[in-house]
Amino acid sequence: MIQIEHLSKTYHNPSASGDAHHALHDVSFDIADGEVFGIIGASGAGKSTLVRCVNLLERPSSGRIIIDGVDVTGFTGKSLLELRAGMGMIFQSFSLFQQRTVLQNVTFPLELRHDPKAHREARAFELLELVGLTDKAKSYPAQLSGGQQQRVAIARALANSPKIMLCDEATSALDTRTTASILALLKDINQKLGVTMLVITHALSVADKICDKVAVIDKGRLVEMGATAQVFANPQSNVTKELLDSRIRLATAALSEEPAVLATIEASGEQDLARSGASEEPRGFGAAERKGF
Amino acid sequence: MEAVLAFFNQYGALLAQGTLDTIVMTGLSTLFAYVIGIPLGVLVVVTGPAGLHPKRALNAALGWVLNVGRSIPFIILLVALIPFTRFIVGTSLGVPGAVVPLVVAAAPFVGRMVEQSLAEVDGGLIEAAQSFGASTWHIVYKVFLRESLPSLVRGASITFITLFGYSAMAGTVGAGGLGDIAIRYGYQRYQDDVMIAAVILCVILVQVIQSLGGLIARKMDKR
Ligand SMILES: Nc1ncnc2c1ncn2[C@@H]1O[C@H](COP(=O)(O)OP(=O)(O)O)[C@@H](O)[C@H]1O
Ligand SMILES: [Mg+2]
Repeated sequence: MIQIEHLSKTYHNPSASGDAHHALHDVSFDIADGEVFGIIGASGAGKSTLVRCVNLLERPSSGRIIIDGVDVTGFTGKSLLELRAGMGMIFQSFSLFQQRTVLQNVTFPLELRHDPKAHREARAFELLELVGLTDKAKSYPAQLSGGQQQRVAIARALANSPKIMLCDEATSALDTRTTASILALLKDINQKLGVTMLVITHALSVADKICDKVAVIDKGRLVEMGATAQVFANPQSNVTKELLDSRIRLATAALSEEPAVLATIEASGEQDLARSGASEEPRGFGAAERKGF
Repeated sequence: MEAVLAFFNQYGALLAQGTLDTIVMTGLSTLFAYVIGIPLGVLVVVTGPAGLHPKRALNAALGWVLNVGRSIPFIILLVALIPFTRFIVGTSLGVPGAVVPLVVAAAPFVGRMVEQSLAEVDGGLIEAAQSFGASTWHIVYKVFLRESLPSLVRGASITFITLFGYSAMAGTVGAGGLGDIAIRYGYQRYQDDVMIAAVILCVILVQVIQSLGGLIARKMDKR
């Protein structure tokens, strides 16, 4: 379904004196049809760059992206837009259009294709039903909780019936319980609709829950890859061992609740076990206050 | 009381005509300034260093035009543009004669305000739209303009009020309006009562536009 061949991406920083930053270095892997494929790695490892290369939001410096057997690396103009329309993407910060209702957010990708309005809305309602938010169709994103906003974003990403869904840290802004429900929804979509998923995360627990296969990247290089259970049970690279180690430390720390150890939780930046993140409470209250009504 | 009635009998029609002239003159100028200023602001954002289509030279040239346009004092523009105004509307006098220099003065100002409103749009939304295969044109009107609409409305009321001030100067080319009345009657004929009435109307008009703009912007902003 997706083949990444020798993908490299170098950023040239114009401000520094010809400084080049190698965000990705010779990354290759295949994602099978219907698979949930995880990319894990620490912050700054190049995960976002990688996923953005798949729909060419970022141009690879070298290497090839092959989708469904077609080399799309050089796509421009209309074919590029069509390629992107065939993939859905969701983001850490949800990226919903604030001035559009939930319904209008979900119909957005269909508006670009000039679908008739009645058709668009029927499709949007189908999707809102799938994500369990039909009653919020007329609400605005600011009136929804983080988890609800991500559900809307998922519905929007599915509007064009994509075969591929790209998820960049889709649950990183959510609390543990909301994360679990969003992951369950994604898994459900994968199984019911057969959507191939590329899931980017720095949280191992996320990969553990939904990914069939994982690839670990570090400083732009792919260091390990395999079936999720296998990689986690028997890590080969030091990077993976360290990632797993910090997770075990976290779990122990959460049990012992010693202040000194808890401090390491904060420092290690693993949010999935620390009790932080957005809550399920609606956030529309502040907006109403700002309007001064 | 009788004095007030007598005043309105004598000057009511004049002041009403002046108010209408001012509204028409300022309203038309604001409208045309946006017809020119929106594309300018959009172009600046789209061709900017972090824009959808970075074009260094074009962006620099546009920035220069907007800055120079805003730095020429209006009263000088008014006079310097007389031949151009005649060419466009056939006369340099009256309301049409005033609208041309007002639009020329306001368009660069509007361009910058539009640029600022669009810059406030979250880059994540642009990226999301791109990820669904939106073209540049779609991103401009379905994301940039749509998401910044409340901010654009606030900008429009500021533009209207600024042009309102300029339109008083345009009175010197015989455009009429409240500013013109205040100057002709108050300054040249020492009729303070007419001048004060005209100024009061100006204050009310500005207040109404400001409140209306704010109210509409708040009503439409769903954030
Ligand atoms: N547009 C850009 N210009 C320059 N450097 C970038 C750009 N985007 C990302 N980078 C750099 O590339 C590296 C990888 O970034 P990213 O892919 O966002 O990592 P991750 O998503 O794994 O946290 C980082 O060091 C980042 O600073
Ligand atoms: Mg990232």
